[in-house]
Amino acid sequence: MIAQLTLIERQRAILISAAVALLGFLMMLAGRDDPMGAHGALIFVASILMIFRIGGSYYAPPPSDDRLRHYYDDPSKVGIVISMMWVIVGLGVGDWVAWQLVNPDLTFGTGWSSFGRLRPVHTTSVIFGFGGNALIATSFYVLQRTSRARLPDQVSPWFVLFGYNLFCLLAVTGYMMGITQSKEYAEPEWYTDIWLVVVWVTYFILYLRTLARRKEPHIYVSNWYYMAFILVVAILHIVNNLAVPVSLGHAKSYSAFSGVQDAMTQWWYGHNAVAFFLTAGFLGMMYYFLPMRAGRPIYSYRMSIISFWGITFFYMWAGSHHLHYTALPQWVQTLGMTFSLMLLIPSWASAGNVLLTLNGAWDKVRDDATLRFMMVAGVFYGLATFEGSFMAIRSVNSLSHYTDWTVGHVHVGALGWVAMITFGSIYACVPWLWKRERMYSPKLVEAHFWLALAGTVIYIFAMWNSGIIQGLMWRTYNDSGTLAYSFVDTLVAMHPYYIARAVGGLLFLIGGCLGAYNIWKTIAVPGVTEEHASDLPQPALAGALNAAAE
Amino acid sequence: MIIEHAFLVGFSKSFGLFYLVALSVAAVIYAMRPSNKKRFDEAAQSILRDEAGPWR
Repeated sequence: MIAQLTLIERQRAILISAAVALLGFLMMLAGRDDPMGAHGALIFVASILMIFRIGGSYYAPPPSDDRLRHYYDDPSKVGIVISMMWVIVGLGVGDWVAWQLVNPDLTFGTGWSSFGRLRPVHTTSVIFGFGGNALIATSFYVLQRTSRARLPDQVSPWFVLFGYNLFCLLAVTGYMMGITQSKEYAEPEWYTDIWLVVVWVTYFILYLRTLARRKEPHIYVSNWYYMAFILVVAILHIVNNLAVPVSLGHAKSYSAFSGVQDAMTQWWYGHNAVAFFLTAGFLGMMYYFLPMRAGRPIYSYRMSIISFWGITFFYMWAGSHHLHYTALPQWVQTLGMTFSLMLLIPSWASAGNVLLTLNGAWDKVRDDATLRFMMVAGVFYGLATFEGSFMAIRSVNSLSHYTDWTVGHVHVGALGWVAMITFGSIYACVPWLWKRERMYSPKLVEAHFWLALAGTVIYIFAMWNSGIIQGLMWRTYNDSGTLAYSFVDTLVAMHPYYIARAVGGLLFLIGGCLGAYNIWKTIAVPGVTEEHASDLPQPALAGALNAAAE
Repeated sequence: MIIEHAFLVGFSKSFGLFYLVALSVAAVIYAMRPSNKKRFDEAAQSILRDEAGPWR
């Protein structure tokens, strides 16, 4: 890892780490009477460890110029490994809080283990830890190959990757200490937010610098999606987190917005986080790894362009559907609802593109669990976007809002689409990255696929049932015109579905663990074949090899 | 500067409507233009072509 860096790059890396260490030290001093001080210490220790890590190999011989003839894949490799660690943490905590809903006593009786603090640990670990790292890792991989250009330097990709993980670490440890802005998917406080801005701008510049070196005149559509993801997330993050801290030594801050403006800004952010973090980036992944794995080009490149612009134009306006029947002006709610309905067009264009690309290659889908992960992801993408448009309709929303139906909908997208496309892409990518002929065990990939699918289906059916029952009980009146059911009645009705949901989540978690083990073994066991001549995978081969190994 | 509610509504309903329609039309024209077909077909094929490493 360090041996690949030139001497000047090692010096730069140490300098950056030292600067971050100094920052951490200052935070430790300024925040000594506040939880922020603990974060200062965490930043300080992490940076010092990084300096030692680089220093340990400082005098290693410099890398040969041979490295420039290959793509720079070390950050992608590390990113995938970190991503798999986060998914186990994220799914594990997620299932823990699911069991807490079954039995509220499943805490350690301490603040950090309460539902309110662990739930954002779950969401941040799976969305930002697992999803974010997978996006960064695959974006470097795809960017270089579609541009046929190496990353322009070897320090900034590491800064992006490790800086981003420092952000994730600050976020989840903060929640457990009680540091939160109480904004969904934007919980981290002001100093963590500022740090992410620095990392994210570096990421964007790195992406542009690599694109500027490209050989192909046309920028492949995956890069459009990845760029939209990076750029829009930067805009959303900066605007929604505009806040004034109590003082430079305090974690607490107050938002620049108040009242309904605050709510609207938050859900403009929140829904576009779904759009540009959980959709655009993963579509970028899909448009590269699906054609590569299937060994055939995307069915309609034109359709991919139209859906790209559709998604970027429409999603921006959909956020207000989270605020039906609130103080938000009625016309803004209607605007959000209308745009949500129009979103069905670009969404189904992408989902259709997945299935039409595979049309004629169904034998590969049958034999190759990796490709099947991607196919099922496409189906769930179509399902989630249809359900989302439907739930945005005001009258449907009056039944679904605040119920478990919303939770079910989120997991159709998160488990069925995001996690499935990510696992598929990682299974495709790992043998190519580590120059192995195939994954260590295709049987484990197969087992992971069925566990993930079964877990997702159990989860979403449980939440659909629970949510609709809950919504109906809330709106049932008796003869005297008062509510027929008390709140506790609804809890009793939901209890069996909560057990089912936690079991579904457990299956998904076990699948994730099998995946991590399989990836670990693929990396650890030396490859059976000679080095591939080129850095680019042999797409058509992959499915055939897996079938042969069965 | 105070932006009035009525102004914002008017702006959204006039300019907001037309610029989104115009952008959508532009995107569809770009995607569907016959002269772009060759470029897009090549782009779709390009990722499957093996070129043994970066050109720089």
